[in-house]
Amino acid sequence: MPMEKRLSTKTKIYLTIGLIIVGALLLWGSNYWLESYGQRILKLIAVYGVLAVSYTFVNGITGMFSLGHAGFVAVGAYVSALLTMSPMEKEMSFILEPLIWPLNSIQTDFLTATIAGGIAAAIFAFAIGYPSLRLTGDYLAIVTLGFSEIIRLIALNAQNITNGALGLKGLTEYTNIWWAWGWLLITVVVIASLTYSSYGRALKAIRDDDIAAEAMGINVFKHRLLAFVVSGFFAGIGGSLYAHLLTTIDPRPTTIGVFLTFYLLIMIVLGGLGSITGALIGAALFAILSEWLRIFESNITIGSITIKGIPGMRMVIFSTLFVVTMLVWRRGIMGMEEITWDKLYNWLLRFRKKGQTAEPEPKRGDVDE
Amino acid sequence: MSELKKEDFLLFLDHVTMQFGGLVAVDDFHNGVKPGELLGLIGPNGAGKTTVFNVITGIYTPTKGRVYFAGMDITGLRPHIITHLGIARTFQNIRLFHNMTVLENVLVSQHHALTNSDADRILKKHGMPVKRTGRFWFWKAILKSPGYINLEKHMVKEAEELLEKVGLLDVKNEKASALPYGMQRKLEIARALATEPKLILLDEPAAGMNPQETEELMEFIVRIRDEFKVTVLLIEHDMKVVMGICERIIVLDYGKIISEGTAAEVSSDPKVIEAYLGEWENVS
Ligand SMILES: Nc1ncnc2c1ncn2[C@@H]1O[C@H](COP(=O)(O)OP(=O)(O)OP(=O)(O)O)[C@@H](O)[C@H]1O
Ligand SMILES: [Mg+2]
Repeated sequence: MPMEKRLSTKTKIYLTIGLIIVGALLLWGSNYWLESYGQRILKLIAVYGVLAVSYTFVNGITGMFSLGHAGFVAVGAYVSALLTMSPMEKEMSFILEPLIWPLNSIQTDFLTATIAGGIAAAIFAFAIGYPSLRLTGDYLAIVTLGFSEIIRLIALNAQNITNGALGLKGLTEYTNIWWAWGWLLITVVVIASLTYSSYGRALKAIRDDDIAAEAMGINVFKHRLLAFVVSGFFAGIGGSLYAHLLTTIDPRPTTIGVFLTFYLLIMIVLGGLGSITGALIGAALFAILSEWLRIFESNITIGSITIKGIPGMRMVIFSTLFVVTMLVWRRGIMGMEEITWDKLYNWLLRFRKKGQTAEPEPKRGDVDE
Repeated sequence: MSELKKEDFLLFLDHVTMQFGGLVAVDDFHNGVKPGELLGLIGPNGAGKTTVFNVITGIYTPTKGRVYFAGMDITGLRPHIITHLGIARTFQNIRLFHNMTVLENVLVSQHHALTNSDADRILKKHGMPVKRTGRFWFWKAILKSPGYINLEKHMVKEAEELLEKVGLLDVKNEKASALPYGMQRKLEIARALATEPKLILLDEPAAGMNPQETEELMEFIVRIRDEFKVTVLLIEHDMKVVMGICERIIVLDYGKIISEGTAAEVSSDPKVIEAYLGEWENVS
């Protein structure tokens, strides 16, 4: 194998800043280039990205099998929605039973509401993780699934807090491109920073072999709980963005229940369990395809023949695509790898090498061992 | 036999019994490891050797008896705390972090110094130097503070020095699972050393190796002991392997200590010969 070249940290920082600026310009441009439909998909990608990256931190990086992510999304969604709605709107929405004090009289801005949603979800994650994280594998999966279902049932029944089955409707669509992609940036930076630190190594060690990790001095329970709470926090943030993108939140399984968890599971497994860039790819594919495949649910007219759309068809197609992808890529698109500047650079070098015979000599100072 | 005093030992198991239901895996173990020595723990299959390790390292709490280490009663403490206090181990069946690189495997062992404040309290209580320096490492790690970046550099430097000493520096960026078997065994020892132990427990490190590899490994263990100034407790199934390097050997059979002494003393003990007889007959 040829020696892999590495870029210096400085170069990587410049490249990252460059990427963020270019990304920001493109997002700004999308205001002009894209219809509102395209913009909606763009926002959806970011929101799914926040949810998928926070989910893979637990399931992929730490190697816990949690099926409870939607529960934390729900907590973030409800808490933030209750904070952004005006007292007037609340009084009009809560027709069966009035909203309890003090929720009925407070209103905050979107940023505060989102952070509050994140903190509330983190507290829930702690409360759920503390008793259940001593379990592992399938047991943990069942217990977390159960807890998220309990959260949904509370949302369904706590009429004077969540408005029950009616849910919260007519929220302001605060989740614009900037909030969505801004929070995605923060989520990725924080989760990646943690993953590529001593803490992240400890979490991956727990994933690979928890008995050996413990024998190397790692408090396995404490670190599992830590990962769970961090993940819960960003799930709550994502929940707030999600609610203010849909502009409505209700306790149906498809909105904040087990279906959402399964969609997220598809994203992170498709992208490659344990890969942050993989989770982002999975989220983007899911957002784009699930919107695009909607055409299979509407009536299609070819010449004089009209094929009747079948509701739910897009998920059937999506699932088939998912199964095929997994058969080809076994460990998802990225596996446990990440797309890094170093890899792109080496790929570029190899690509150029094919074109010309001599390998371009990298400039000194640009490259360190 | 004269009375054993726990003060003479770095690690002492005081009448330790470990029972699994009706099975007595370790039966009234009353002995220990002296500071600086290379002690062999041998015995036929199922004698209870690994169980002794699991009791020492806190995977099991003994049914009876107490475990003392460096003047501390460590009975029933959790494994990560015991490691923090200064006992490291390897496993009979290799347990590396297989998706991580060689370097990362070693770095993991340095993490405990950032987090285990509860274990540090125990060290402090016994007047020993604490491992943790600085606080809020979690937040510093997220924000990549200058202090954290320095720490990370320091950790990598130490890990690379260690890998250099054990001869694994060339493969530092390989996945652990990609290493040949012998190197994996070495990496497990290196990873244990990276926790900066006073005592290292090696569970059949030569298992699955040919005679020449085994001999090299035994030399390696002696070198490690001298270079890192650690006390070594070595489990081995085959007595002949450890005869050359162990200053003292304890022989276990059906959970009981049946003999103790130098290699010469132990190998001429009729009780030991009897315990191993069935096996030797099978082999030859
Ligand atoms: N967790 C456990 N539950 C029940 N029995 C156990 C447990 N751990 C060990 N044992 C039993 O205790 C006895 C001693 O096992 P141990 O693994 O300590 O033997 P050993 O001397 O290490 O043997 P080997 O040379 O095969 O590694 C065995 O009979 C084993 O089956
Ligand atoms: Mg054993």
